[in-house]
Amino acid sequence: MVFAALSFAARPGDAVQVRGSNGSGKSSLLRLLCGLLEPARGEVRWRRRAVSARDAGFAGEVAYLGHACGMTGELTVLENLRFALHLTGRACTEAACREALGQLGLAGRENEHVRRLSQGQRRRLALARVLLSGRPLWLLDEPCDALDDGATRAFEARLAAHAADGGVAVVTTHRDIAGQGREPRRIDMDALDDAGELQPARRA
Amino acid sequence: MPANSSLLVGRELRLAARRPMDALSGLVFFVLVGSLFPLAVGPDAPLLVAIGPGVVWVAALLAVAISLHRLFEPDLDDGVLEQWLLSPHSLTGLVALRIAAHWLVCGLPLVAVGPVLALQYGLSPPAVAVLLAALLLGTPTLSLLGALGAALTLGLRGHVLVALIVLPLCVPVLVFGSSAVSAGQQGLPVGPQLSLLGACLSLAAFLCPWATGAALRLAVE
Amino acid sequence: MTTLDRAALPPGVRAHAAAAPTWRSLASPMRFEAWAGRALPWFAALAALLGVAGLVVAFGVAPTDHQQGDVYRILFIHVPAAWMSMFIYLVAALHAALGLVFRTRLSPLMARALAPTGALFTAIALWTGAMWGRPTWGAWWVWDARLTTELILLFLYLGYLGLVSAIDDPRRADRAGAIVLLAGVVDIPVIYFSVQWWSTLHQGASISLTAAPSMGHTMLAGLLLMTGACWAYTVAVALARVRRLIAEREAQWRLA
Repeated sequence: MVFAALSFAARPGDAVQVRGSNGSGKSSLLRLLCGLLEPARGEVRWRRRAVSARDAGFAGEVAYLGHACGMTGELTVLENLRFALHLTGRACTEAACREALGQLGLAGRENEHVRRLSQGQRRRLALARVLLSGRPLWLLDEPCDALDDGATRAFEARLAAHAADGGVAVVTTHRDIAGQGREPRRIDMDALDDAGELQPARRA
Repeated sequence: MPANSSLLVGRELRLAARRPMDALSGLVFFVLVGSLFPLAVGPDAPLLVAIGPGVVWVAALLAVAISLHRLFEPDLDDGVLEQWLLSPHSLTGLVALRIAAHWLVCGLPLVAVGPVLALQYGLSPPAVAVLLAALLLGTPTLSLLGALGAALTLGLRGHVLVALIVLPLCVPVLVFGSSAVSAGQQGLPVGPQLSLLGACLSLAAFLCPWATGAALRLAVE
Repeated sequence: MTTLDRAALPPGVRAHAAAAPTWRSLASPMRFEAWAGRALPWFAALAALLGVAGLVVAFGVAPTDHQQGDVYRILFIHVPAAWMSMFIYLVAALHAALGLVFRTRLSPLMARALAPTGALFTAIALWTGAMWGRPTWGAWWVWDARLTTELILLFLYLGYLGLVSAIDDPRRADRAGAIVLLAGVVDIPVIYFSVQWWSTLHQGASISLTAAPSMGHTMLAGLLLMTGACWAYTVAVALARVRRLIAEREAQWRLA
């Protein structure tokens, strides 16, 4: 059992940050939220419907970034991005892909094999997929892992823009992400009391 | 969906081209096993003709079995499998496409090289033709069953468990396939065996992608 | 051996488990564990009784066959073992299906409890088949259709047991094992048919292990007694295993 008795709600425009030490269950929480993991007890709801990875409706609204980047080493950056977006059911023109890559500092690397990229560059590629997918719900596991300060600030700006547009994001992170306007909600996995309630908990 | 299918199959083919060892290892093993038997039993021509069909089929089975662990493992490690599960596309469809691509890359070469092996065993041209047809019908079934075994044992160490689960399930294909070729060699009708192979393929094609998808969900949890 | 510590259960659960069981309530693991504990000695006694009666018939009462001598008596063990090996697989697959469809917690445990006994009976069937074959056909192993299917069945059992023991996560192990059992149960008719065909193709007249002396009443009675004994033994052993599995999983379930 990784954690118990956690209860919270997120509204449009919320960017929830999940902090905690290693093994406290941050990644498991994200996997529960996207339906990859089933809770032993309790439920997860999105738009008042129970969440399930099998549900095409829900799958069409979530963008998940896990520990691994979801990119295949033997394919090029552009190929990976296009395939990943096709998988999410969203066709993107090559121009849009190149532009997104440029914004994340990967311009000029479109035809490089992902295998040759650094960890941070792969992370940025995965973020490009999330940004281009246009989904309302972002579930990101350590998105700023291996990113330098400039890239982190750029990501924070995009996160704030997403929240301002009415999207919801749940982000696990080691370090605090600046809210850039709106104070982010924080969940500390190490500090769950018996009731597991977030202070303050608001109903969706 | 058609646009997606070609894109996804294209991805598989591209990957196969860039991971040549994955694609070739099964083929190499096939030829290796086929070459070992004459060394073991002696070059007696009638004996080789008698065991030829069986040897080719066993070699094909083993070649498929050793290529299985690369079917889903790279995607599990890269995190691509999670994206599959979270895709609005049907998982069964994605799995079916992956198995089809795997067969194109690992199974079809066996179909091409099988007749060569059969000729080495001294099988007659009609028997070789039957072998071609039988391999075309049988190797996809082996890929389908193998994918189920690979998904069930995904993430577990060791390769023997996959073989233990998959090979007993493949016995009918082995029996019908090699009996078809033996019958062809003796000039007997091969219709029943080939129809049975086709029936096995239909059953596997109907059930395996769905069951493999369910097993993949379990593996990613 | 892990046993369930009832004193450590929360009071509500303890009371629930102690209430008199109805058929449906037995689906609850705690109730089942209690019932199993009470039922086990009866099944064990039944197995012993039927077993003794069966062996007496097999080795004492049944007459010596003038064709096969006393060797045929091994069939009194071989045939019930073979029947049980197939029957247990079907029952385990049924539990696997129930567990997948209805998500009952007890069903995967029943499948896990039955499988080792099924594998044991399969091994006994193979071994006694060889023991019968040696004096009768002059060979330790005959590629008879039934024996070969038993061999493949043994591999299917071993595959299931290997898979559930290799997976650490109990939920994944239960469900993956269920998929394997169901794949096997779908494939077994096909395998049996193909092996039947294969053996008639290559051996002409089928040398079947059921080409035993024609069944007199005594032989039939002996077979039924031994089958009953095997069945009761299976139930007793499965109950014991399920109790142990429930005790192991209880801590996990208490949270759910």
